[in-house]
Amino acid sequence: MNFFRQCLILISSILISLLTFVGISNADGHKGFKLGVVTFLSGPAAEPFGVPAWNGGKLFIKLLNEGKVPAPYNKKGFGGMKITAIPIDESGGATKQVQEFRNLVQRDKVDAVLGYVSSGDCMAIPSVADELKALTVLYDCGTPRVFEDASYKYVFRTAAHAAMDNIAIAKYLIEKGHDISSIAGINQNYAWGKDSWKDFSVSVKKLSPSSEIKNELFPKIFSGQYGTEISALMNSKAKVVHSSLWGGDLQSFILQAKPRGLFKRTQVVFSAGDHVMPGLGNKYPEGVILGARGQYGMMAPDTELNKWFYKSYMDEYGVFPAQPPYRMVQGLMGLKMAIEKAMEKNGGKKPNKDEIAAAFKGLEFDSPGGLVQMKLGDGHQAIQPHAIGTTVKDKDGNITVTDIVRYKASCVNPPNGIKAVDWINAGFPGADC
Amino acid sequence: MVDEILTIVLDGAIYASWLFIVALGLTFVFGVLKILNIAHGGIYALGAYSTATLVPIFYSLGMPEQLVILAMLVSALAVAIVITPIMERGILRRFYGQDEVLIVLVTYAIYLVLEDVQKLIWGMNSLYVSEPRELLGALEFGSLYYVGYDLALIGLAIFCGLFLWFVLNKTQSGKIVLAVIHNPEISGCMGVNINKVYLAAFFIGAFLAALAGSFTAPLISVQVGISVAVVIESFAVVIIGGLGSIPGAVIGALIIGMARAACVHKLPEAEIFIMYFCMAGMLIFKPKGLFQGAQARKI
Repeated sequence: MNFFRQCLILISSILISLLTFVGISNADGHKGFKLGVVTFLSGPAAEPFGVPAWNGGKLFIKLLNEGKVPAPYNKKGFGGMKITAIPIDESGGATKQVQEFRNLVQRDKVDAVLGYVSSGDCMAIPSVADELKALTVLYDCGTPRVFEDASYKYVFRTAAHAAMDNIAIAKYLIEKGHDISSIAGINQNYAWGKDSWKDFSVSVKKLSPSSEIKNELFPKIFSGQYGTEISALMNSKAKVVHSSLWGGDLQSFILQAKPRGLFKRTQVVFSAGDHVMPGLGNKYPEGVILGARGQYGMMAPDTELNKWFYKSYMDEYGVFPAQPPYRMVQGLMGLKMAIEKAMEKNGGKKPNKDEIAAAFKGLEFDSPGGLVQMKLGDGHQAIQPHAIGTTVKDKDGNITVTDIVRYKASCVNPPNGIKAVDWINAGFPGADC
Repeated sequence: MVDEILTIVLDGAIYASWLFIVALGLTFVFGVLKILNIAHGGIYALGAYSTATLVPIFYSLGMPEQLVILAMLVSALAVAIVITPIMERGILRRFYGQDEVLIVLVTYAIYLVLEDVQKLIWGMNSLYVSEPRELLGALEFGSLYYVGYDLALIGLAIFCGLFLWFVLNKTQSGKIVLAVIHNPEISGCMGVNINKVYLAAFFIGAFLAALAGSFTAPLISVQVGISVAVVIESFAVVIIGGLGSIPGAVIGALIIGMARAACVHKLPEAEIFIMYFCMAGMLIFKPKGLFQGAQARKI
């Protein structure tokens, strides 16, 4: 019996040693780049944001690995390294996301994490990223507070923050001669909604000091029922109603407000209104002023890079890309450029996170939405050009965007070292329009 | 001022109607089966999805527009017919008489399964079915337009409440259900088929949940996650009104609906917590809810 037990222990030990050896060999032999991708894959934010973003990301990673992306992104993968993506669902709240982030970094040993749509998650992750020294690219979230209230070594945001969206809309309203003598807002009750309304209302007050705030509504996120809010907005008789609602909330708000005549009675502006257009189609109201959080989708610039991306996405999914896939691809492009810049410096070896972070700082790169410059937050926060337009029905009866005005990045983003709201309050000093 | 009060009352009534239809099934199931059914929200979502699926088929068949309400009723009925035997016969009956916390956990597990079932069947894309909302046009109240469909929800809620009250109090079957609510053991001894009553009661609860989802579908973008808020808000209603009480559900829904509407119009900052404020107040001063009378202790 003892003999058998000893044999069993011996065989088990050999097997465990072999498995460990194989594991170590694989870890050492990994020549690719492991990327954790975090976005909403379930819940109300999945359909309008997470899924199209990941669709764009998946497609772009596939084309990068095949070397089928046009210059300057034509080198395979990241600097020749094959990209392996590990998608993670962002739903569940900030506490869960911090745990998921730790899992990605400590258990899955990813080389970088790209993710986060929710401003709440973007506020929670960066301090953990720096604690773990994990290279992290925030690709979508909008709150300006990430780099205005703190600084991080390993965290970068490759898309402009929400201040740009709301400053540009205020400027657009004035340039197009809209009556902004009174404004009202309906924005979700968390960082994104609060910051968006603050940036918009302060911008309007600065550009037109006599403007009066009639109503400020902050329903809870994912509330879905807006009948009472629509009555309150219509009762306020404000000339302009501003909203940064997104996803299912924006879809429900439009469906409930349209038959009640809100869009005919007042000028409605949606700071991030493009991403529900593919789903709503002709149910989207006419005459709405909207932004896409950058020059994306129907407001994208007429460049070769954009034409390539727009067509690739259309061919793959049969629907035009709105802001979410653009922003994820923008994040991937930024990361690729930073990695390849770091590789140029270290002789072509796989760069470590400190080398990538150093290369990322202050980086400038082209994207389908225009030139992205990591200029704020000491080189960690992007600025980019913006576009605002108005919805209209084309001759076939389809909703499209017209009257597009483009804004230079330096016109609608604060300079480095100044908080967005302080810059607005100071009257946009140094704005290059 | 009159305009504003009228607006608050109308907005509050519309919201309360929606809340009441959802909460009615929840409180009825608790009253009869003594089960706090968290999966109620999942059934509501299934009702919304089935309507968003069936109504476009209905239109594509060229059926008269006015009959779309029938299609919505059929979709709610279909959900209740499918879900009741699976949930009540297949799962819940095994837990009758067990600890209440265990049953809550079981229904929570079913709720999670139903969320995944929605993803499995309908995927992640939103569905839109706003056409039935255009059926009744718009009506002018003061300086505002209200959609006729939204106002019709008030009528639907009144009908559901009165119908259930009538069935329970004025029919023989209803009196049997009341007897089971009062004492299932003695009812059983008197020859009442308790299992049948439980099945019927669960069916009515599931139908009401699906009906609420079905009639909410034209107002919203139907997508995964729509049931979360419903579960929380309908629980608030039954906590205020008293678990198992139909008049309680009416008053609970009205309190939350009116308080919320008043806040949105007059004190928007308070809107986010007013429901919890009402609920907490009730738990402090009348923990069993407004309509939960004194109960005789069984020896």
